[in-house]
Amino acid sequence: MAFLSYLINGMGLGSVYAIIALGYTMVYGIAKMLNFAHGDVIMIGAYTAFYCLTLFKMSTFASIIIAIIVCTVLGILIERLAYKPLRKSSSLSVLITAIGVSYFLQNLAQILFGTDPKVFPELMKNSTFSLFDGQLTLSYKTLLTIIVCILIMIALTIFVNRTKTGKAMRACSQDKEAAQLMGINVDNTISITFALGSGLAAIASVLLCMTYSTFNPTLGSMPGIKAFTAAVFGGIGSIPGAFVGGLLLGIIETLTKAYLSTQLSDAIVFMVLIVVLLIKPSGLLGKKIHEKV
Amino acid sequence: MEKTIRKIFDKKHISRTISYLVVIGGFVAVQLLMNTVGIKSLFRSLLVPTCCYIVAALSLNLVVGVSGELSLGHAGFMSVGAFTGIIICGVLEPYLALNWLRLLIAIILGGVAAAIVGLLISIPVLKLQGDYLAIVTLAFCQIIKSLLNNIYLGIDSNGLHFSFIENRVSLIPGGKMLLSGPMGATATTRLATFTAGFLLILLSLLIIYNLTYSRYGRTIMAARDNRIAAESVGIHIRNTKMLAFVISACLAGMSGALFGLNYSTLQPAKFDFNLSILILVYVVLGGLGNITGTIIATLILYALPELLRGLQDYRMLIYSIILIVIMLITNNRKLKDKTDALIADIKARLPKKGSAAHD
Repeated sequence: MAFLSYLINGMGLGSVYAIIALGYTMVYGIAKMLNFAHGDVIMIGAYTAFYCLTLFKMSTFASIIIAIIVCTVLGILIERLAYKPLRKSSSLSVLITAIGVSYFLQNLAQILFGTDPKVFPELMKNSTFSLFDGQLTLSYKTLLTIIVCILIMIALTIFVNRTKTGKAMRACSQDKEAAQLMGINVDNTISITFALGSGLAAIASVLLCMTYSTFNPTLGSMPGIKAFTAAVFGGIGSIPGAFVGGLLLGIIETLTKAYLSTQLSDAIVFMVLIVVLLIKPSGLLGKKIHEKV
Repeated sequence: MEKTIRKIFDKKHISRTISYLVVIGGFVAVQLLMNTVGIKSLFRSLLVPTCCYIVAALSLNLVVGVSGELSLGHAGFMSVGAFTGIIICGVLEPYLALNWLRLLIAIILGGVAAAIVGLLISIPVLKLQGDYLAIVTLAFCQIIKSLLNNIYLGIDSNGLHFSFIENRVSLIPGGKMLLSGPMGATATTRLATFTAGFLLILLSLLIIYNLTYSRYGRTIMAARDNRIAAESVGIHIRNTKMLAFVISACLAGMSGALFGLNYSTLQPAKFDFNLSILILVYVVLGGLGNITGTIIATLILYALPELLRGLQDYRMLIYSIILIVIMLITNNRKLKDKTDALIADIKARLPKKGSAAHD
């Protein structure tokens, strides 16, 4: 039973990773770039929600909506100002710019909000419930995180597969020039992708703060790296891949912490990633692209 | 003799000559300043780290610029070199009184240790390509950091004592902890000198230039420019890339050893992802594959945040804005044309000085 509870807790953590990983993977799929600033968009989302709740005394729902709006606008702004001018240059220069944006956001937050950790208000009582005659105890928070993640996955899959914008996104990710010839506005489609990813980052930030309760300007960096790993793990560019990768990464991390070693959990997580990539070099669900001469 | 001199100044080798001149000139200038006017202690404390960062950036340039593979885990190799160097120095302290000899041995063994780790890592890493390769180097850097965070090593008259994850090292009086988990090295004798840093830069320049101008260097660049074409003329891609990777790891380890011996305390967390990125930024802004550019970029970018120290909280913010703006100006066609026009405009307004010299 202990195993089952670790498994479900791992799924809770993995769901947060999965939501963040979706942002990485969608942007990678369409713009072929690693958006390093994604982790810091999460951090901005957390601060927005925090100030809405404490300073302006807004309701939970309104705070989350405002955080989503702020992050979405921020995502579009970053894309327009920093990444769009570099669309035709080498991927390395875009990567460095993304790192610059990440540093910028982190330092801006340090100046605006201070470096001291802030305590996130409790949105939900930390109540638990028991199953199987009290053998299995689960918290509502974990369950909520998992449900939110599944809902997002379903909504996103429908959006990408059934709507016109989703179709445009898929077309752009396959071939930008051909998509443009078909009358698709490539620039707008890329902006929409960034907006979506950043909006998801806001939801992830609230879920993260609910689990960790304190946060500071470097909130986004470690979950960012982990989620990025999750995206690669599942096959970067693939939406179901991000989901599977995130969940598996969360489960592996929780299980190693429980059964092997707390200190070495990071090392083991990354070790697993390396092994997976050696067996399947394009991730679990990634497509293998053959090089043509 | 004449041939040698011509070789130094001909078109092909002029960038090499400039690199050496920049480094030697910098060293002489700093030495002169130190012995005549005297320099501030803040500036003095920056000398050795600057040398270390230059060597680290040069070695990363070998992987990213010359070999064309993005590595996000360069700090890992520095970390291996640093802690190997610290351990070696700690072990040798009772037996070797000569400081420079101990430093030399520590740097060499630090480089060897990093090269071995680099060789082991390169086997899985080079099976992958592109972004997957990058993420695996990042993963290795994290693994190295997490392992070093859990190593406890002490020395006393009975020899070395080692434990993993938990601190079970008990030393008899007179013993010394060399590594204590997340605290890292806590009582290192500071051996690093500016001269050692200078010599290390010269050594890495020598190695990198001789490599890139040799047959091996050309195969590495051929593998970078067109993998398939290179393969079809019989170049073994993995082996050539491995060569660049291992040499780069070795140099990074040496720079790490010097870096580690410059501080009395050093934590494994110092060599994190951010450091790897910082070095990568030096390399990219200096120009991929451009050695002189890397040195100058490191000098400016490392010095810049330190010189902006007066602005305290805002310095990293300004640094990041400068980084973004430079990337946009140098990589966007429209912006680049505009800045070029602006520079030409300014040049045209300045009185012509160089025209006589050109005739």
